[in-house]
Amino acid sequence: MAEIFGIPVAVILGQLMLGLVNGSFYALLSLGLAVIFGLMGIVNFAHGAFYALGAFVALLSLQHLGVNYWFALALSPLVIALLGILLERLFLRHLYRLDPLYGLLLTFGIALVIEGCLHQYFGASGQSYPVPAALRGVFDLGFMILPIYRAWVILVSVIICFGVWFIIERTRLGGTLRAATENAPLLQAFGVNVPLLVAVTYGGGVALAALAGGLSAPVILVSPQMGSSLVIVVFAVVVIGGMGSILGAIISGMALGLIEGLTKVIYPEASNIVVFLIMALVLIFRPAGLFGRE
Amino acid sequence: MRLSSLFYLLAGLFALSVPLLGIYPVFMMQLLCFAMFACAYNLLLGFSGMLSFGHAAFFGAAAYATSWLTTARGWDAAPAIMAGILTSTLIGGIVGVIAIRRRGIYFAMITLALAQLIYFVCLEAPFTGGENGLQGVPRGTLFGLVPLRSDVLFYYLVLAAFLLQYAFIQRVVQSPFGQVLKAIRENEPRAISLGYEVNRYRLLAFVLSAALAGFAGSLKALVLGFATLSDVQQASSGEVILMTLLGGTGTFFGPVAGAAIIVTLQQYLSEIVGGWVTVIIGAVFMACVLTFRRGLVGTMAALWRRKAVP
Repeated sequence: MAEIFGIPVAVILGQLMLGLVNGSFYALLSLGLAVIFGLMGIVNFAHGAFYALGAFVALLSLQHLGVNYWFALALSPLVIALLGILLERLFLRHLYRLDPLYGLLLTFGIALVIEGCLHQYFGASGQSYPVPAALRGVFDLGFMILPIYRAWVILVSVIICFGVWFIIERTRLGGTLRAATENAPLLQAFGVNVPLLVAVTYGGGVALAALAGGLSAPVILVSPQMGSSLVIVVFAVVVIGGMGSILGAIISGMALGLIEGLTKVIYPEASNIVVFLIMALVLIFRPAGLFGRE
Repeated sequence: MRLSSLFYLLAGLFALSVPLLGIYPVFMMQLLCFAMFACAYNLLLGFSGMLSFGHAAFFGAAAYATSWLTTARGWDAAPAIMAGILTSTLIGGIVGVIAIRRRGIYFAMITLALAQLIYFVCLEAPFTGGENGLQGVPRGTLFGLVPLRSDVLFYYLVLAAFLLQYAFIQRVVQSPFGQVLKAIRENEPRAISLGYEVNRYRLLAFVLSAALAGFAGSLKALVLGFATLSDVQQASSGEVILMTLLGGTGTFFGPVAGAAIIVTLQQYLSEIVGGWVTVIIGAVFMACVLTFRRGLVGTMAALWRRKAVP
C-alpha cells in the first residue's frame, strides 16, 4: 500500500473525503449567513440553532409521522423557512435602523431560546437517524472506499451552492435582491415590496441551514448542541472568506473542511483549532478576508 | 447628583451588612465576582464601543491559571491572582492585536472565534483537567498572615477588591485616556483626524478590559474553589454581555445591577424551573435588545433627568 510520510494514502484520502463532507456543511451554512448578511446586514447567530432544528424536524417527522428521508429533506427547509419569516416579521425587522450589533445579539437570544427548548424536550444525548436505503453501502474506487451517503452530501451541497450563486448573480430575482442591498428605498419607489423580499431572504437563508441539518442527520448524532459550536467555526470561515462574497463563502467553506480533514491526519490534536488559527493568520496578512473588499 | 450619593450610601451599607442580614456570603462573593467581570466588560463595550463576544476566555483563562498554580504548585492566593491577571493580560494582548484589525460585527465574530480556540486549549491541554476542570482549589492565606477559610472574612476582601476595581474603572473612564476612548466610540474618523493613534487606544482598552476580567476570574476560582470549562465557553461570554446590557451599557453601576439580577436569577430560578433557565435567559436577551436597549440604570437615569429638567 502506498504511503506518504508513513501514513497510508487510503487513510489520507478517507480523511480528506470526511473533510470535504464537513466542508459541504460549512459551505451551505456560510452561504446562508452570507445571503442574510448581504441583504439585511445582520449576522445570524441563530444559524446553528436553525441547523439543529432542521435535523430535528427530519428526525421527528420520521419518528412520529413516518415521513421518509426524501420528503424530510424538502420538508425541514420549508418549515424552518416559515419559522424564519415569522421571526423576521416579529422581531428582526425592528432592528434595521440600529447598529448591526443588535441583530447579532438578538439572534444570539433566539439561539439560546431554540437550543434551550430542544434541550428540555429531547435531552442532551444524541439520537441517530437511519441512512436511507437507496444511499446505503459504499463505492469501491480501488484506491479508497467511498460511502455512498457521503458522496451524496457533497453532490447535493455543490448543486445547491451553485444554484444559489446562479439565482443571486444571474437571474432577475437575484438582480432585485442585489438592488435592495444597494438602495432599498429607491427599489421600493419602483414598486418592489422590499419588506417581503427581506423576510423571504431571511427565510431562504435559514432554510439553507435547515437543509444542512437534514443532510447531516444520518452522518452525525442529532442533538440540541450540534449547531452551537459549529456556528462559531462557520463565523471563522466567513471572516476568512470575506462576508460580502457568495462565491467566497462557498470556496472557503469547502477549502477549510479539506484543511481540517488533512490536519486530522497530520496532527489530530490541532484539528479543532486549525480553522481559528488560519483565521488569525488571514486577519494579520489580509484583514478584509481572502475574497472581501475593504 | 445628590440622589446618586444617597444610592451609593445605601448600597454601601447593604454590602457591609450582608453577613448580618443572613445572606449566604459565598453567593454574594460569586455575585461580586460576576459584577467585576461585567464592569470590566463594560469598559470595553460601554465606554469604548467594542462588542467582544469572547470575554469568557480571559475570565476563564485567569481562573484556570490561578487554580493550577494553587493546586499543582502550591502558590498562595495573592501571587496566584497576580499570575492569573498576567495570563489574561497576555492573552488579551494577542487576541486584541488580531481583533482590532476589524470593526463592529467582524470584531465580535473574531473575538468569538479566538475565544473558542482558547476553549479548545482548555479542553485538551494536559494540565487543565479536561472535562472535569480543576477542582478543590484552596483559598490560601492573606499574604501568609491569616488563613482565608472564613467566608465572612473572605467576603470583605472580595468586596474590597470589587470597590478597588470599580474605582479604578471610574478613574480610567474619567481620565484623558477615557475621554479619547469615548471620542473614538462616537466618531472614529474625527478622532483619527485629530491625530490620535486610534488603534493603540483601542488595543489598550481591550487589554485593560481583559486584565480586569482576569482579576474577576481569578477571584471567582478562589471563591468557588474550581475552574471549569463553563468559565471559558461562549455561553459565559453571552452572559456577561447580557449583564452589561440589562443593567445599562456605558453607566457605571449598570453592570453591577445586571450581574446581580442574572446571578440571582440563575441561582434561584434554576431550583424552580430547572433547565428552562437557558430559555428564560435567551428571552430576556431578546427583550433587552428589542425594547430595553438603555438598560435598567440607563433608563432610570433618563427618567430622572426628564423629571428634573422642568
